[in-house]
Amino acid sequence: MSALLELDKISVKLRATHALNGVSLRVQRGEIIALLGPNGAGKTTLMRAALGLIPAAGARALGGADPAKLTNRERALRVAYLPQRPQSIWPISVEALVALGRFAHGAAPDRLGAEDQEAVDAAIEACGLNTLRARGMDEISGGEKARAHLARALAQHAPLLMLDEPSAGLDPAQALAVAEILRAHAAKNGAVVFSTHDIGLAASVARRVVLMHEGRVLTEGEPEKALTRDALEAAYGRPGRLERIGESYVALFR
Amino acid sequence: MSAALRTNLALVALSLAALFAALWLGPTPLATPFADDEATRTIIWDIRLPRALAAWLVGAALGLAGAALQGLLRNPLADAGVLGLSGFAALGAVIAFAFGFATFAPALAVLFALGASLVVVAMGWAARGPASLALIGVGLSSFAGGLIALALNLAPNPGALADLVNWTLGSVEARSYEHVALVGVLFLIGAGFIFAAARGLQALTLGEEAAAAIGANITRTRSLVVLGAAACTGGATAVAGIIGFVGIAAPHFVRAVAGHDPARLLLPSALAGGVMLVCADIAVRLLPTDTELKLGVAAALIGGPVFALIAARLASRGGDG
Repeated sequence: MSALLELDKISVKLRATHALNGVSLRVQRGEIIALLGPNGAGKTTLMRAALGLIPAAGARALGGADPAKLTNRERALRVAYLPQRPQSIWPISVEALVALGRFAHGAAPDRLGAEDQEAVDAAIEACGLNTLRARGMDEISGGEKARAHLARALAQHAPLLMLDEPSAGLDPAQALAVAEILRAHAAKNGAVVFSTHDIGLAASVARRVVLMHEGRVLTEGEPEKALTRDALEAAYGRPGRLERIGESYVALFR
Repeated sequence: MSAALRTNLALVALSLAALFAALWLGPTPLATPFADDEATRTIIWDIRLPRALAAWLVGAALGLAGAALQGLLRNPLADAGVLGLSGFAALGAVIAFAFGFATFAPALAVLFALGASLVVVAMGWAARGPASLALIGVGLSSFAGGLIALALNLAPNPGALADLVNWTLGSVEARSYEHVALVGVLFLIGAGFIFAAARGLQALTLGEEAAAAIGANITRTRSLVVLGAAACTGGATAVAGIIGFVGIAAPHFVRAVAGHDPARLLLPSALAGGVMLVCADIAVRLLPTDTELKLGVAAALIGGPVFALIAARLASRGGDG
């Protein structure tokens, strides 16, 4: 079976500097992959290049096609993207926001078919937003907003989820709830690529982590093998280690 | 019945009521608008009806253009008047009138409005917040004002100057059914473009990149709104001169009852714009002033404070960041 995403030696130049320098990544169905690295390491650029939103050198394939040549609609049917700090410029209702995820299926928040409504309801349920669905996006908390945007991405029913810091600003319980949602998506034969600064969460959820630094991949693989003391120090500039506590991990720096 | 449908039906009813009132009320008192004498018939059918219809269509065109521009630029301060589209449309019409090819005034108005909306959308896209976009509009508007002055200055027929200046103030006084047809056709064309962009406007609620990521064709949405706003503004301005603030006030009031979905705002904003301008025109006709107050002036007197109110509320919310 072909990979949902294949990046082969991708490079992106932003002004004079290499924002990405020869990064390769292959994502199969059922996988959860976490992108780690300090601010400016190239995580967001990697996602945007994978989506075809910015030009890049090297070979890219999103569901077997060059993402730069896909129409927005074709791309949206292959991958659901949640940008960092997602916006809702107008304070529409939570349900209307989630319904925007059905755009590529030809629906609109005020025009949902039975299948669209089902997808919206399921996404709202999965993200625990049932009691908030009629609320305006300006009437809910930051954590609830983040879940609403995640539900929007889920409602898109794309096999690949690409999420830029989906747990940023969430309390530990909410972050774990997001982790559960990602696992459920992978278990349904989908795949997830997400970036985070929560190394413990990444190691707990992802079977494979990609540690980035200055546009390159430092290490990649199972969390315990990829996130060694040396690798963490090389990436973040401070000595750190990954600790396993039961089924979970924490990263400690000093 | 959904809230959106209720709002639209209520606004249709209000439109009909306002149009009826516009036939009945005026400087010449009528005992009944249905009297069957020559004078009443002339007043109702040849004077008041075309004027009222022109007012409604101009208001509807400006309300619709405002709602569409606000959705596209994601900015509640966007409006054809504020952004300079009306000013450039007026410039086109003034050039046509002043240099003796009045037939082409509507075409030039649409063309100039199109040019201005291209500039605004290109610059507004990069603008960081509502206030900076409004500033771009201020710049364009004063530029248009300067160019109108220049055109008037160079006009070969100075006798027409007073008429032209008067016309730029904005009015639907003494408009005929030809004017009604003109603004009506351009309004329908503009509405066709704008309603085709409705779903794209909804997607833009997420911001440009996320809208593209859910599958929206941003270039298409932008082009449709630019064309639609130009047709609406060009038509409205060619018939009535510069009338500001309807495009801001109509969507603003409609949001309070119909919510914030930029697609569902389009139709009620058009209807509300029509109602507002018909009512403003009735007020202008009933005010006991020596010279009739210009509709554009009245709209500015009411709309200016509304604009300031919205801007102040945005600023206090930190909306310009």
